[in-house]
Amino acid sequence: MSLGPIGFAAPWLLIALAALPILWLLLRAVPPAPIRRRFPGVALLLGLKDEESVSDRTPWWLLLLRMLAVAAVIIGLAGPILNPRDEAETGGGPLLIVLDGSWAAARDWDTSADLIDGVLAEAGRQGRTAALLRLTAPEAPVFRAAETWRSRLPGFSPRAWAPSVADMQAAIAALPETGFDTYWLSDGLDRDGRGDLLNALESRGRVTIYESPRPAMGLKPVVIEDGALQVTALRPLALGPQEITVQAMGRDPSGTMRTLANLPMTFEDGALETTAALSLPAELRARVTHLSIAGLRTAGATTLSDDSFRRREVALIGTRQEGETLDLLSPMHYLRKALTPTVDLLEGALSDILPANPDVIVLADVATLSELEEEALFEWADQGGMLLRFAGSRLAASDVSRAAEDPLLPVRLRAGGRNVGGAMSWGEPKTLASFDATSPFNGLAIPDDVTVSSQVMAQPDPSLADRVIARLTDGTPLVTRKPIGQGQVVLFHVTANAEWSTLPLSGLFVQMLERLSVSSATTRPEAAELAGTMWQPTQLLGPTGRIGPAGTLPGVPGERLIDAPLGPDLQPGLYQGPDSTLARNVLSADAVLRPTQWPARLRIEGLSRIAEQPLGGWLLALALALLTIDVLATLALSGRLTGRANIGVKSGVAGVLLALALPLALLQPDAVRAQQGDETTRSIAATSEVVLAHVLTGDPEVDDLAQAGLQGLGQVLNFRTSVEPAEPMAVNLETDELAFFPFLYWPIAPDQPIPSAEAYQKLNRYLRTGGMILFDTRDADVAGFGTASPNGRKLQALAAPLDIPALEPVPEDHVLTRTFYLLRDFPGRHMGRNVWVEAAPPDAELIDGMPFRNLNDGVTPVVIGGNDWAAAWAVDGTGNPLVPVGRGYGGERQREIAYRFGVNLIMHVLTGNYKSDQVHVPALLDRLGQ
Amino acid sequence: MSQARPHTADPRDLRERAESQAAGLPPLLARAEHLAGTILLGEHGRRRAGLGDDFWQYRPARQGDPARWIDWRRSARSDERYVREREWQIAQSVMLWVDQAASMRFSSDKQFPEKSERARLLALATAILLIRGGERVGLTGTQLPPRRARNQIQRLAEFFSLSEAGDYGAPEHRGMIPHARALFISDFLGDMDEVELALTKAADRGIRGLLLQVLDPAEESFPFQGRTIFQSVGGTVEHETLKAGDLRSRYLARLAERKDRLSALCRATGWQYQLHHTDRSAQSALLTVYQALDRGTA
Repeated sequence: MSLGPIGFAAPWLLIALAALPILWLLLRAVPPAPIRRRFPGVALLLGLKDEESVSDRTPWWLLLLRMLAVAAVIIGLAGPILNPRDEAETGGGPLLIVLDGSWAAARDWDTSADLIDGVLAEAGRQGRTAALLRLTAPEAPVFRAAETWRSRLPGFSPRAWAPSVADMQAAIAALPETGFDTYWLSDGLDRDGRGDLLNALESRGRVTIYESPRPAMGLKPVVIEDGALQVTALRPLALGPQEITVQAMGRDPSGTMRTLANLPMTFEDGALETTAALSLPAELRARVTHLSIAGLRTAGATTLSDDSFRRREVALIGTRQEGETLDLLSPMHYLRKALTPTVDLLEGALSDILPANPDVIVLADVATLSELEEEALFEWADQGGMLLRFAGSRLAASDVSRAAEDPLLPVRLRAGGRNVGGAMSWGEPKTLASFDATSPFNGLAIPDDVTVSSQVMAQPDPSLADRVIARLTDGTPLVTRKPIGQGQVVLFHVTANAEWSTLPLSGLFVQMLERLSVSSATTRPEAAELAGTMWQPTQLLGPTGRIGPAGTLPGVPGERLIDAPLGPDLQPGLYQGPDSTLARNVLSADAVLRPTQWPARLRIEGLSRIAEQPLGGWLLALALALLTIDVLATLALSGRLTGRANIGVKSGVAGVLLALALPLALLQPDAVRAQQGDETTRSIAATSEVVLAHVLTGDPEVDDLAQAGLQGLGQVLNFRTSVEPAEPMAVNLETDELAFFPFLYWPIAPDQPIPSAEAYQKLNRYLRTGGMILFDTRDADVAGFGTASPNGRKLQALAAPLDIPALEPVPEDHVLTRTFYLLRDFPGRHMGRNVWVEAAPPDAELIDGMPFRNLNDGVTPVVIGGNDWAAAWAVDGTGNPLVPVGRGYGGERQREIAYRFGVNLIMHVLTGNYKSDQVHVPALLDRLGQ
Repeated sequence: MSQARPHTADPRDLRERAESQAAGLPPLLARAEHLAGTILLGEHGRRRAGLGDDFWQYRPARQGDPARWIDWRRSARSDERYVREREWQIAQSVMLWVDQAASMRFSSDKQFPEKSERARLLALATAILLIRGGERVGLTGTQLPPRRARNQIQRLAEFFSLSEAGDYGAPEHRGMIPHARALFISDFLGDMDEVELALTKAADRGIRGLLLQVLDPAEESFPFQGRTIFQSVGGTVEHETLKAGDLRSRYLARLAERKDRLSALCRATGWQYQLHHTDRSAQSALLTVYQALDRGTA
């Protein structure tokens, strides 16, 4: 049944509305219950008659309120629904919802999810079973109660690729034979296999298409031409002129992802494709991680950048030019020609170039380096630099790497080298052998005209075989390689010019440099070139264009990486290969977006759809609110809310507050908030006054004594100095912030736990930023901080990870001896021997006529002793000492000195080296006098 | 050697009850002392020669004065012989009656004290003031006749910590000392005939005094609405009404009538009538009471 835009799920319940008038009469007849009140003045009331014999009737508006509440309950239970679906339109039977689930559907996924949710809810109300089929991951549809699918809906979010023909065929094969209706949520892009699936679906029942009118757009992979990024955007429909912005995203120097450049682009009227060039400085271009169309959050509108975006810095270092040589004879010429298009070249002296930290340094026939240069170069290579060396007459003539292997050469070299096929030698010039499978050059075609007539020879060594990556047909090494730390050194056993071989003249030379990552490829490699390599995904492109970590996906063979269709086993993203990274984007370079072509007989609807809105809950809530008002009004009428009836007021107010607090309590995680509140109060307490603190050891006796000790010291400070510390606090190293406390007392208990790594980090930060810790082994230092006492051992274990400077026993002129009191020794409960503090700088020396050395800087971050000071300081609640010290008057004197040490220590913490600066007073006065 | 002695009550129980009884005393005493401390006393001499401590005058010795009356130090300064006279100081007896009945144990709001508490506080503070002033203070009836001793205050405080079971109290009019002064404190919501009887009897014996009516603010304003059953504090009297608001004017009229009757009664017997509300300060009431009691002694 429906009433205008509102339908009812259980219309028969509305009959109960007829009972409302009866309720009216009943409510009117029953007077409110009397209140009992104690009142001494009742004696004066005796005998007074009521003027009216009828009690107060419930006022009409209160009755109306109650009627409305009851009516709201009845209507609410009848299940009203706003915008109910017409049943004739929807039909019955099972319902299959087909999702394209491709990247193009990702943009409208939220709307689609709402739509599917509404459709499922509706199907649930009609008792229809439903199934979901996602074409990007086809599974046999299982028809179940629609409600069970609603909760699983998030699992059907789109994928970053498009369904392939095979997927479509799999979906057709999985369709059950029984009849069902189909809702197909299309992404608006045509692809092969759609027609077959449509026919299969139509043979089972009625098909309705839901399609977003907004067309998807895509970006082709970026090509680098003339030093600029060539960006090509696609659209499926040849509409009017359209302007888009392409954003180049990347990390700025601080590591945050931001837009590095914007490129406005325009589709001409009727054009399906538009191209624009984005020119960026090399530095900025290397930072670009991906480009995307602004406002389109889909994987297709995003294209990832890989190594091809990055121009490497290559330093060329040749021999000093002696006299004028022809350019064509210079080894640098060929390298320059090979590298200029793809890399940034640096030239200059090695010492000038190394600070620039280039990616590659090329040494062309440089034999000897100074010791300093050699060291710097080795360090640079160890950090990941690549050293590329070419042989030449100098290297052949030198003694480098002759007897022992030079660290900057991959192999030992034989003296002299060899000539083959020259005028003075037998034999033909040698050609290259095909590359091994393990060689980085594996797969490169070797032109016939590459010949080698001279080369330097490697000494046969056990490790030689592993280091050869290219050899001649007679097996002699041509290129050798050796790893150095994170970097490597590669030696071409020929010159970089055409003097010894024709290699630098051939295209193979450029390809070899590319393979060695000296230069990066500007063109995408062909599938065949990548054959035999394995590529590991490092970052994946999500359906919405988000880039995320790849997790533990298996590697992809190189031949599949370029051409194979995307799918679960080949997802779009960045792939790490042997020497480089390669991006696999959603759209390939020859991609075309075609709009869907549906037969005219199909119903096509947009994604927006007025959802059914059940109103029952709102009406029941309204009834509850009305009844709450009724409670308050009833209380007010019977005098329990106003006047002197306090109990009434309180219960009323409490009721209202409870009603208000309930939803709040449901929404707020109270416990968390309370805890945060605690932390805040503690922080405020710790920072609003000077607070001494002690580290919790977990031994309650030690902790209590430390607390009492700091209490006692605080009282002494309060009485004698202008330092007025608040209540001492206990500090848990794991959870509490240390920065608030100028001073930590750390008693050592043999069984206290070792703090975690984070706690140590916190402690080290605390020590570095001016905090002080007083370590107290409490054992009178019987072991001299050795391992002879359990506390000493514990102290060593505890302090090992701490960032503690060199220590020395407190020298006689240490500022601790005179910050407030003049002290000679520092007893606590024990008269221990030594107390250790940060050592004075070695250059401090006593100047004649000065009482102290000139030690002006720094507060010692730690004071280590074993005199159990807390016990000597400890007082109980009434200010009496807790622990006996010594015996008789001498003991009290010792306690007094212990207090004085505490005062001095706190003064030292708070005033630093102020007393030490007093040394300068005579000089200052002297200067002022002049 | 220990010998089991039969005992009827558990001594611990007795001790506990005694302590809880005594616990109420010090606060009441302290507050009463505090209250009394706010009023400055002056000794009230009789303005004529008589027995007393204070010097009154020197007069020439007359025939018949015993020789030891002569003040030799004064007489040595002249030829005459002088006798030193002291001012005649007598102590008044003041009798208190404080309503201990259930109707006094009422307060309409937590911030107001109960009527009985206020009544006892006022009575005790008055007693302290009077005893400091040298008067004798006691209770009407036979339990605690007027005495001057300091520990009379203690005894009064003990007595005030008791309470009666009845709903409404009637003034105790036995054992009243002629020509003494009296202070009756109650809400006077009970039987008026008893009050009339007591006052008449007091007037017959030449006793004058003060009738202090202590009322709760709620008893003056009657702020009730709706269907209500009113109940006395003791629970013996009940009155049900369907519309409490309608009773207000008639209740107030009856209350006014009662006040009128009380003050008329006082006028007839030479007493004074004062009204005190528990939401007012106890100090002003104490001042009123003290002045009213003091005036007749001049």
